[in-house]
Amino acid sequence: MSDTKGMREHNLHAEATKAHIWTILYQILVYAFLFIMAIIVLFPFYWMINSSLKSYEEYTLAVQTFWPKQVMFSNYAAAFEKANLLQLFANTTYVGLISTFLSLIITVFSAFAFARLEFKGRDAMFGLLLATMMIPGEMFTITNFQTVSALGWRNTYQVLIIPFLVSVFYIYLLRQNFMQIPNELYLAAKVDGTSDLKYLWKVMVPLAMPTLITITILKMMGSWNSYMWPRLVANDDAHKLITNGLRSADFTDATGSFTNYPQQMAAVAIVSLPLFLVFVFLRKYIMRGVSRSGIKG
Amino acid sequence: MNYSVFLTETDSSSSFLSVLFQNWGEDWIYHCLFPLLLAVLAYLVLSNKRHKSLAWAFLLVPVVLSLLPVPSMVCMVVSIAAAVLSYLLFADFTKKDSGTSSGMVESKQQWKAWLYLAPAIVLLLVFTVWPIINTVKMAFMEGYDSLAALGGNTFSYGMANFNTVNSSATFLRAMKNTLLLTVLTVPISTVLALLIAVALNSIKFLQKPLQTIFFLPYVTNSIAIGMVFSAMFNVINLDGTSVGVNSTVGIMNNILMFFGFDPVNWIGQGSSYAANVTVMVIYIVWNALPFKILVLLGGLQGISKQYYDAAKIDGTSRARILWRITVPLLSPMLTYVVITGFIGGFKEYSSVVGIFGDTMGPPAGLSGGTMNTMVGYIYNYMSGAQVKYGVASAGALILFALIFVVTMINLQVSKERTHY
Repeated sequence: MSDTKGMREHNLHAEATKAHIWTILYQILVYAFLFIMAIIVLFPFYWMINSSLKSYEEYTLAVQTFWPKQVMFSNYAAAFEKANLLQLFANTTYVGLISTFLSLIITVFSAFAFARLEFKGRDAMFGLLLATMMIPGEMFTITNFQTVSALGWRNTYQVLIIPFLVSVFYIYLLRQNFMQIPNELYLAAKVDGTSDLKYLWKVMVPLAMPTLITITILKMMGSWNSYMWPRLVANDDAHKLITNGLRSADFTDATGSFTNYPQQMAAVAIVSLPLFLVFVFLRKYIMRGVSRSGIKG
Repeated sequence: MNYSVFLTETDSSSSFLSVLFQNWGEDWIYHCLFPLLLAVLAYLVLSNKRHKSLAWAFLLVPVVLSLLPVPSMVCMVVSIAAAVLSYLLFADFTKKDSGTSSGMVESKQQWKAWLYLAPAIVLLLVFTVWPIINTVKMAFMEGYDSLAALGGNTFSYGMANFNTVNSSATFLRAMKNTLLLTVLTVPISTVLALLIAVALNSIKFLQKPLQTIFFLPYVTNSIAIGMVFSAMFNVINLDGTSVGVNSTVGIMNNILMFFGFDPVNWIGQGSSYAANVTVMVIYIVWNALPFKILVLLGGLQGISKQYYDAAKIDGTSRARILWRITVPLLSPMLTYVVITGFIGGFKEYSSVVGIFGDTMGPPAGLSGGTMNTMVGYIYNYMSGAQVKYGVASAGALILFALIFVVTMINLQVSKERTHY
């Protein structure tokens, strides 16, 4: 009797130990998997920096080195010059700032109208707006290209700013945020005789600040990353945007015999740097917007 | 209107719109909106009792501007701004003066809402609604040619553009590439993202830093990082064209050789189609992971622990838990990432540009573009040597139809498979 009891206890104990070992093994597997994936994710960034600091001779060694023998910061200076990065930076910042500012104003007004004001056909119109998000941008691009050409806007700043000022996605994002603000606040403000504009500016905008910051970041990143439209409509040096400039930059050596890849990687690193800074400091604002959209910027 | 502008260089700057402008003059937008603006401002002046002089000043803005030699676009923008500003400034005073009957307030609100929406509506009409109409129209115009349209030619409606597209080898190749890349990348990236999200959700130590690392590729420029991938796979100087410089097979081939494989010509001249596709799939999956992980992890964190506790008591295996509990409960998020993945895949373009450049394929003389995609095909007909808006429009419509159909199928399937 006591014998069987002892055996049962022993079995239970052994089973618990076995389960424990399995859990630990599982944990090790999970961490190993995550670390390997993390290395794969990070590797291109490491390789970009590693390559950008090499000399061309070292870059073309048969067996690649994992850290430059001689660190060549001069590649960065060369990249700035060869890709005309300063001008590209200036153009992109200008377009980004202006379009973000105007886009914010339009978005705030539209979202306010959809969230707070009552007018005929509001829901129908909002539904229509959301439906346009399904249509691929290329449908618009063809005709927009004709329109801006007919207006004589090619190679200007407005062609980079105006066609994309209204984003249905931003209006949707901000409207959802505005809807969360209790309507009683609005009615109370009305009783006090506060004007709509003042209410919008003093109450709704501060309460929706995180969403507005998200929109600002996404819009700025949009200007930084846009490629197709700028390449199509503004391809001259005075209006070229950074992604287009980077892709079309020529890194051929002075002798004309080879492309200087380390310098190209340096240019890529410079263009990526602002995005990294945004990532480090403003990550949570981007994540808020990202999970609702499948799009970049 | 000065047509010499339109007739120079490529005819890409001329359009069907120009025919309209011929009758309406250069300032067609302005001419359409000007009376409307005046009416709005006049209404404000009349309905305003307190700030009459100020309101008049705003009314004068477009009138004065239209007399000055200022570009019409500037005129229009400033006038719209004046109208909106004057309304916002005076609206509430006028309401107080005009009594407080509820009917009045409501009709005011109607007006107000449309004014708040005015800038968005104007821009949407010009850059979203009109393009939809016009693109569909151009797609069905036989042999649409913008230069001929400029000369006042009319076109009969028909399917010629679609026939051109469907019988073109370039388009079929672009479509094959697009579908292949989508069909390969969406399942791979979704499964990988699901595994990573589940793994991340099951750990405590280092969870936040790892999560941050996995999100990093999202905040990158897909062209710039594409160039990095291109550099990693590139084989340099093996053809011996550059004298006096070393030759390398690149880091990825170094890694392959370390594990005992032969180096592969991934993206260079003469590289195989399979190698090109492999590089594209690796890059697209790498690029698509962060968004999917973020969405799926968010979904996982919303699942109640009760389900897992119950499964633990029953002694359910981990694989079974994943397949029977996690996946069904995550199905809305999975549907979402699959749909957005398909839509993104069909619109693939910039990642190909990032890896291969504007040639959309390994350099191969005149017959380049072996990795061209549907979007790339559309762009080919919009600028450069052969501008055919009709064909581009037909291609865009086909792309839209594809996206629409896949979205509908996905929604239908997920409706049946969603378990709660």
